[in-house]
Amino acid sequence: MDIELVNNVLQAAVRTGTPLLLVALGETVAEKSGVLNLGQEGMLLVGAVMGFIVTLTTGSLMLGFMAAMLAGVLMSMLFGVLVLKLNANQYATGLALTIFGTGLSAFIGAGYVGQPVTGLEPIAIPLLSDIPIVGSALFNQDLMVYLSFVATAVLFWFFKSTRGGLIVKAVGESPDSANAIGLPVLPTRYLAVAFGGAMAGVAGGYLSLAYTPLWAENMSAGRGWIALALVVFASWRIERVMLGAYLFGLASILHLVAQGLGFSFSPNLLAMLPYVATILVLVMLSSNPARNKLYAPVSLGQPFFKST
Amino acid sequence: MIKMEPRQESSPWMPYVSPLLAGGLTLITGAILFAALGQDPIFALKTVLITPISDAYGVGELFVKAGPILLCALGLSVAYRANVWNIGAEGQLLMGGLAGSALAVQFTESEGLWLLPAVLFFGIVAGMLWAALAALLKTRFNTNEILTTIMLNYIAFNLLQYCVHGPLKDPHGFNFPESAMFADAARLPLLMEDARVHLGIILALVSAVAVWVLLGKSFLGYQIQVLGRDSRAAKMAGFKEKRLVWLALVLSGGLAGLAGVGEVAGPIGQLVPQISPGYGYAAIIVAFLGRLHPVGVTLASILMALLFMGGEMVQIELNLPLALVGMFQGMLLFYLLACDVLILYRIRWVSKPAVQTA
Repeated sequence: MDIELVNNVLQAAVRTGTPLLLVALGETVAEKSGVLNLGQEGMLLVGAVMGFIVTLTTGSLMLGFMAAMLAGVLMSMLFGVLVLKLNANQYATGLALTIFGTGLSAFIGAGYVGQPVTGLEPIAIPLLSDIPIVGSALFNQDLMVYLSFVATAVLFWFFKSTRGGLIVKAVGESPDSANAIGLPVLPTRYLAVAFGGAMAGVAGGYLSLAYTPLWAENMSAGRGWIALALVVFASWRIERVMLGAYLFGLASILHLVAQGLGFSFSPNLLAMLPYVATILVLVMLSSNPARNKLYAPVSLGQPFFKST
Repeated sequence: MIKMEPRQESSPWMPYVSPLLAGGLTLITGAILFAALGQDPIFALKTVLITPISDAYGVGELFVKAGPILLCALGLSVAYRANVWNIGAEGQLLMGGLAGSALAVQFTESEGLWLLPAVLFFGIVAGMLWAALAALLKTRFNTNEILTTIMLNYIAFNLLQYCVHGPLKDPHGFNFPESAMFADAARLPLLMEDARVHLGIILALVSAVAVWVLLGKSFLGYQIQVLGRDSRAAKMAGFKEKRLVWLALVLSGGLAGLAGVGEVAGPIGQLVPQISPGYGYAAIIVAFLGRLHPVGVTLASILMALLFMGGEMVQIELNLPLALVGMFQGMLLFYLLACDVLILYRIRWVSKPAVQTA
């Protein structure tokens, strides 16, 4: 393999991993607070279509991303009210959010299929982008990739050294004890779910405004589900979410490597790779049940009943 | 302000009222949505719910669509009762269609009576095997079945695309991504002249009775329900949990596989890139809407079939996107989950907030 190919592959792996990273970071926060939202795919798609439409009509990428974020938050609150206010089953409600979001995005985006926008362009950071091998992968990317680095760092710090992070974890580990010492369990969970929605929305915007600057029905292609697996893969740890996202990114673009090396496979068979990889990763990680018991937030998926 | 009060006992009739309430709320929301889109809401709802079944062909078509949905939803009901979250009916359906086609295209000139049963058998077994993968992963490696079945859906879809663009493509088909047309001996016989309704709906209804017997009358069904309600109680009673998980998944996979092969051997007659407009996903909603009971699921699958037809009708008559169907499906499930809250809680209107005593 020549160095040019390695550079291109790594750069593409980070780019491809970025939407996964954004979704998985948001969902990690929600899950740490004890809420499992299976609606990631729906929020991604609605974020993608709203971001695309706003950018197409206003010409502003900034407004597009803000619309995508807002759309994600609104979608997540639909889920939040059902799950946190009405104590509906989290699995079923998350599925409903995905089904609804898939339909809603296809409906509002039907008139926008095939229209072009000018996507987010990469900005090479002087000097840093010249570092061999990792330079162009990490420092010749678009603004959202850089912001995803910042988000990862901030969340790492948030859970490691802030009171806020501690509250989120306490609420997810033992909501009853958290409530007993006066922590606001449900408001914390609402915020965590909304944050997850914002991140999924932005990730959707990234798909339709940067990764492939266009809108197509179902364009997220299961990324929301892969991100959910990624959270398990990362054992709910921020730094591992990032590593995992780029590994999945790499698995998703292996066909570029294959083409670069002169192999030719059916594109349909190669398209299976990220899904097969996800299953393999789940198998490797889950076969030791003690491990996930150890790392998973204890109250994950359980409703909280405030005892009075 | 609204206050939610836990009921002393869960309401006995709310589980049946809730789906009706959810349907009503979806209708009202639909009417508002159509009005907002500048359509006459009454006319639009009539286009969705009545126009599609206003002639015999339409009624036949209703059963053509209800069949596969019912088969998938029956299997899912069994799985969900066992607390096994099979989201993979769509993939199991696709694999059934794929495997059935793989056999049928070998015998496009055959007139043998054995062909149709063999094709159906291939489809059922393929659906079972696809679900068995998830069962193996869950029981052997402890992986979450929601994620694995979803991933298997995407893999099945791509596998079908590969086959229909490659090995199963009709060699005389001008390079279209379609298999050869199946022999008549491989097709499900029609039940009516001038309509597409075929034996599939009968197979689905027979399956509904079988699932009803399994769940309501058999010890195995009893074990499944105990496992779903309280896995610890099931363990205490000595029920073999892993075997029940296998059973729930393989049974639902087989039914979904039958749904898939019923599509290619039924109305389609060949393998094409799109053999399902999302029946396997719609079946999730149908299973919940039908209260995981064969009778309820049967009624709900007819409603869902009507929604699919209504969506097509709205596209033709009102020029609105077909995606409306998916949106209504999601909305229906949301309303259902919200209404289900009333099973355990009652809603009270409190005229003024209760005074806090510190």
